[in-house]
Amino acid sequence: MLSAEHLPALQVAVPLAAAPLIVLIRRPGAAWAIAAAVAAFAFACSVMLAWRVAAEGVLSYALGSWAPPWGIEYRVDALSAFVLVLVASIGAVAAIYARRSIAAELPVEQHYLFYAMFSLCLAGLLGMTITGDAFNLFVFMEISSLSMYVLIALGSHRRALLAGFQYLILGTIGATCFVIGVGLLYLSTGTLNMADLAERLQHVRDLRPVLTALAFLTVGMSLKLALFPLHLWLPNAYTYAPSVVSAFLAATATKVAIYVLMRFYFTVFGERLVLEALPMSEILIALSVLAIVTASLVAVFQEDLKRMFAYSSVAQIGYITLGVGLANTPGLTAATVHLFNHGITKGAIFLLLGGVAFRAGRTGFDCAAGLARTMPFTAFGMVIAGLSLIGVPGTAGFTSKWYLVLGAIELGQWWLAALVVATSLIAVAYVWRFVEAAYLNEPTAATPRAGEAPLSLLVPAWVLVAACVVFGFETSFNVGGARAAAEMLLGGGP
Amino acid sequence: MTFAGHYTYWMTVVLMVGGLYIVIARGNLVKKLIGLAIFQTSVYLLYIAPGKLIGGTAPIVSEAFKVYSNPLPHVLILTAIVVGVATLALGLAIAVRIREAYGSIEEDEILAVNGSDEDRA
Repeated sequence: MLSAEHLPALQVAVPLAAAPLIVLIRRPGAAWAIAAAVAAFAFACSVMLAWRVAAEGVLSYALGSWAPPWGIEYRVDALSAFVLVLVASIGAVAAIYARRSIAAELPVEQHYLFYAMFSLCLAGLLGMTITGDAFNLFVFMEISSLSMYVLIALGSHRRALLAGFQYLILGTIGATCFVIGVGLLYLSTGTLNMADLAERLQHVRDLRPVLTALAFLTVGMSLKLALFPLHLWLPNAYTYAPSVVSAFLAATATKVAIYVLMRFYFTVFGERLVLEALPMSEILIALSVLAIVTASLVAVFQEDLKRMFAYSSVAQIGYITLGVGLANTPGLTAATVHLFNHGITKGAIFLLLGGVAFRAGRTGFDCAAGLARTMPFTAFGMVIAGLSLIGVPGTAGFTSKWYLVLGAIELGQWWLAALVVATSLIAVAYVWRFVEAAYLNEPTAATPRAGEAPLSLLVPAWVLVAACVVFGFETSFNVGGARAAAEMLLGGGP
Repeated sequence: MTFAGHYTYWMTVVLMVGGLYIVIARGNLVKKLIGLAIFQTSVYLLYIAPGKLIGGTAPIVSEAFKVYSNPLPHVLILTAIVVGVATLALGLAIAVRIREAYGSIEEDEILAVNGSDEDRA
């Protein structure tokens, strides 16, 4: 029965059930139609959940009517509703975009498998976000990761296979570290429900295994979210994956991993345990600063557009973990809002680059020369998304940097505030490289001359580009939602 | 609190560290996957061993039984084993495709081929 009461279960179950259905049906057109319909349903579902959470507060759903903490609980609060909307909206845009892009990049007999894996990955990411059970989270993480390895390895160049394999090795080490951490927590407390864990951990907080669990969870999730220096799988994966997969992966997978880290730090362990027992804040801030500076500089010197923005992603993830490391309300607001803003910005960039790949067959930097003449809408979209990446006022990226600076100043860390502003200048450097090539250089032999990308690719990409601008002015959803989430995380308890 | 009492924990640590070392130190992709499987196996032991109590029975509500073993870790690890098998299968499948594309599953040989070809997609 389709009633509003079962929305949390339907949010995950519908994409999950769609995957085997697609495998059975096999026809490429029908496979796409199912995947797109399911992604649209998941988006509608997430918006309804977010709306209900804003109106009624935390939603708790007992899966199979087994009451928590014994049964698996699905729990939607301000933070998970916010991340659900991000994942589901990017999923819906990517699913619509995929039809033309996948038709050009994959052989026709693989299409239905692609859509099956896409639905499975979407189900896994949504499940990771919505679940209130630590072991269930591991299962959904592996569902999303295994399908993501396949999606990456589907890339047309043979290097995609190696990128998929590397991600499989590092991703599995990360997931196994995560499950070791969960196991140690279970041995210390005898529960797997996150809300129950949070309560019982207060009685055993001085036990050594609890601190070990914190360390394992941190390392495991840092591998998944590509925190410097555990980011080595990311550039190859983003570069060689099919275009739509790069966009989906960049905008959702690492973001959900950051969500899980925040969930464990602030809901399960509580900020007092995390910050007092181990120097987590200092470690996170130091690694984030290294990520921002190093990856931004490396990005400037890349000779491939997708690889350049992949390194930029490592740097931007650094801004998010910097906000987590600050661990005050503006810092966590910045982290949460940058999750969203970077998701839509990077999603837009990789979707636009998919248009370049569609026309040129590759995304080398030489393709960008004179791109504004042959593909004006793609080039202009890249400029707007690039401005959001830098954090220019009037774009979504500005709001996140603003809160990050506020958070640093609140802690009296003026050098961090200065660093956030200064490193934005490195982002100016790599975005300017693209602008210079696209607008000031003459088209060369490498420039795609077949005209603008088809509308079926351009429209979904521009939806996200427009979102970069809209959320720069109309901040009630992204900043409002992020602040509610940050206050909930620091308010103690879920 | 003897060595024998902590035997399963020692074995867990040995498997964990040994598996991780194989993943890092070996260049052969299949050997990497074997190391990964050993690393995951250590987790199975970590979960299952503390669930067993000597003399414990299945959790049956009865006057006759007072000491219960915990069945939940076994159920969890059943799931984790399925995940491990799926990961291994997918890893081997990708290794086969890499062998077809590069003619080798040695990491250094593959990287040498990658370094020499400049036809980037």
